[in-house]
Amino acid sequence: MDKFTKLTGIAAPMPLVNIDTDMIIPKQFLKTIKRSGLGVNLFDEMRYNLDGSEIADFVLNQPAYRQSQIIVAGENFGCGSSREHAPWALLDFGIRCVISTSFADIFYNNCFKNGILPIVMPQDVVDVLMEDAKKGANARQTIDLEAQTVTTSDGRVFPFDVDAHRKDCLINGLDDIGLTMVKVKAIDSFELKAAALRPWA
Amino acid sequence: MTARTLYDKIWDDHMVDQAEDGTCLLYIDRHLVHEVTSPQAFEGLRMTGRKVRAPQKTIAVPDHNVPTTLDRANAATMTEDSRIQVEALDKNAKDFGINYYPVSDVRQGIVHIVGPEQGWTLPGMTVVCGDSHTATHGAFGALAHGIGTSEVEHVLATQTLIQRKAKNFKVEITGSLRPGVTAKDITLSVIGATGTAGGTGYVIEYCGQAIRELSMEGRMTVCNMAIEGGARAGLIAPDEKTYAYCMGRPHAPKGAAWEAAVANWKTLFSDEGAHWDKVITLKGEDIAPVVTWGTSPEDVLPITGKVPSPSDFTGGKVEAVQRALDYMGLTPGQKLSDIKIDTVFIGSCTNGRIEDLRAAAAILKGKKKKDGIRAMVVPGSGLVRAQAEEEGLAQIFIDAGFEWRLAGCSMCLAMNPDQLAPGERCAATSNRNFEGRQGRGGRTHLLSPAMAAAAAITGHLTDVRDLMTATV
Repeated sequence: MDKFTKLTGIAAPMPLVNIDTDMIIPKQFLKTIKRSGLGVNLFDEMRYNLDGSEIADFVLNQPAYRQSQIIVAGENFGCGSSREHAPWALLDFGIRCVISTSFADIFYNNCFKNGILPIVMPQDVVDVLMEDAKKGANARQTIDLEAQTVTTSDGRVFPFDVDAHRKDCLINGLDDIGLTMVKVKAIDSFELKAAALRPWA
Repeated sequence: MTARTLYDKIWDDHMVDQAEDGTCLLYIDRHLVHEVTSPQAFEGLRMTGRKVRAPQKTIAVPDHNVPTTLDRANAATMTEDSRIQVEALDKNAKDFGINYYPVSDVRQGIVHIVGPEQGWTLPGMTVVCGDSHTATHGAFGALAHGIGTSEVEHVLATQTLIQRKAKNFKVEITGSLRPGVTAKDITLSVIGATGTAGGTGYVIEYCGQAIRELSMEGRMTVCNMAIEGGARAGLIAPDEKTYAYCMGRPHAPKGAAWEAAVANWKTLFSDEGAHWDKVITLKGEDIAPVVTWGTSPEDVLPITGKVPSPSDFTGGKVEAVQRALDYMGLTPGQKLSDIKIDTVFIGSCTNGRIEDLRAAAAILKGKKKKDGIRAMVVPGSGLVRAQAEEEGLAQIFIDAGFEWRLAGCSMCLAMNPDQLAPGERCAATSNRNFEGRQGRGGRTHLLSPAMAAAAAITGHLTDVRDLMTATV
């Protein structure tokens, strides 16, 4: 997993609420057995006409936002299915950070497993970041994970919270499975104990 | 001892390790696997030389891609990419030695229907699957939730999951449901009341008389859509109905082991005085048959209502409602019962069980679908299908003009050939009405199986109670 420390990039404004995982990556693209290559289909049905041509007014098709690395979104971003294809598609497009007032639980987890930082901010801060993002390509926001701050293009700084364990994994690009494997003795002894207490399980 | 909720108890029973920062390692009793969200996880194991730690606790079944037409044994009925995914699951199940129900097995079906049916899902367990509707299994008093593919790999390798504890949310449904009102109406009404983000950060426990009065099938319908309310999981404390459902299932304990299990399961309830972070109460009597009108499961109203206007909402929802009405082709003020439909879909992990088929067949018996309506029933598993045939339900559907399909996820997410065309409007017993969910440009109205049957007869969204009074 790629490390995430500090990112300065273009933020795309997507104020729509309840952007679901079917919007992020429609089901016809879930038939892959790989993790890569989904960026071209990110937001497919919002981004392309049926004939495959681009829908010009969709934010990521606008010249100012084609290189976006951050999305500032309406509430409940990533609701819907558990498909990790959603963060895979975001990452493959180049998005490393999504900011919203709330995220669906599974999507939120999936982001951290792929080096994407989801940031929860209060509505008034998201409103400020959304307005800042609307300024276009010259308006770059900076995400500093170490310091836990988002800085707008005009220098306003907003702190955010993040789970310490997840922060550590992102900053160091750590693999969860490797970390858990270290605790294999605890798992062994749990299994022995559970086999006696709940043998049917 | 401190009073604990059911969630607290299951959590405590499965804690392997707790780090200083509160991050926990939770043991997983059952890992369900399907073909769409698992190939990258198995590939990860191969690349790192890891094994499946507990193959005997891992159960795989293909469901999302599989065709539901009677000719599906013919490989040509699947697109090449779908076939590759199903074949990858065949191979992974064999290579890693996990329990498997292939397409050719009569027990094959939607993973969340197969798990309980085969007795893999039991009270007090932790159950995960790379599928958000894993919440279904909470109906047994099991802590069950969806995970992403990275977590699938983590569970395969370690039989554990890194978790932080969620908060406790009590959803109480008092009293009894009125005739024509079902579990689907309960779960949609709860989402209507809380919003799709109302459960974010919580595990919901559904309780109250109306929940107790539901069958296991109905309880699975309620818990299935906990995820649509944003909750990590939904739970219902086990009781005599739960034990009766589990008893004798192939993977349920037998004899003395059964007695010991039931004794343990009887401790699985929320203690008096347990702490709840959030509580809502709905009166069972107040719940009406409902339908969704928009593109979020929270866009729900009683069938007697009218399409709302964006001006009825505030904040970001104003724009979302305008977008939804444009997408759905609806006008504010239009009566919901005037909305004409093209298609009826009965099935899915929400409503593809035997009781759902009975409820729909009870409305359809001796009647025909309206001319021009495309209608299909997709049983949730091969065994549900067989039982429905034995009970004569299949014949009722066929006589009413429905297609009688083989088991799978089908038109719920339209990964197989069962899809809506642009603009096609569907009364669906599934769980999501998102834009494009059932096919690009397709328009979905979520409702109960009985309401779906009523809509098939009249050709428009219909209050099922109007058809019931005629027969009572």
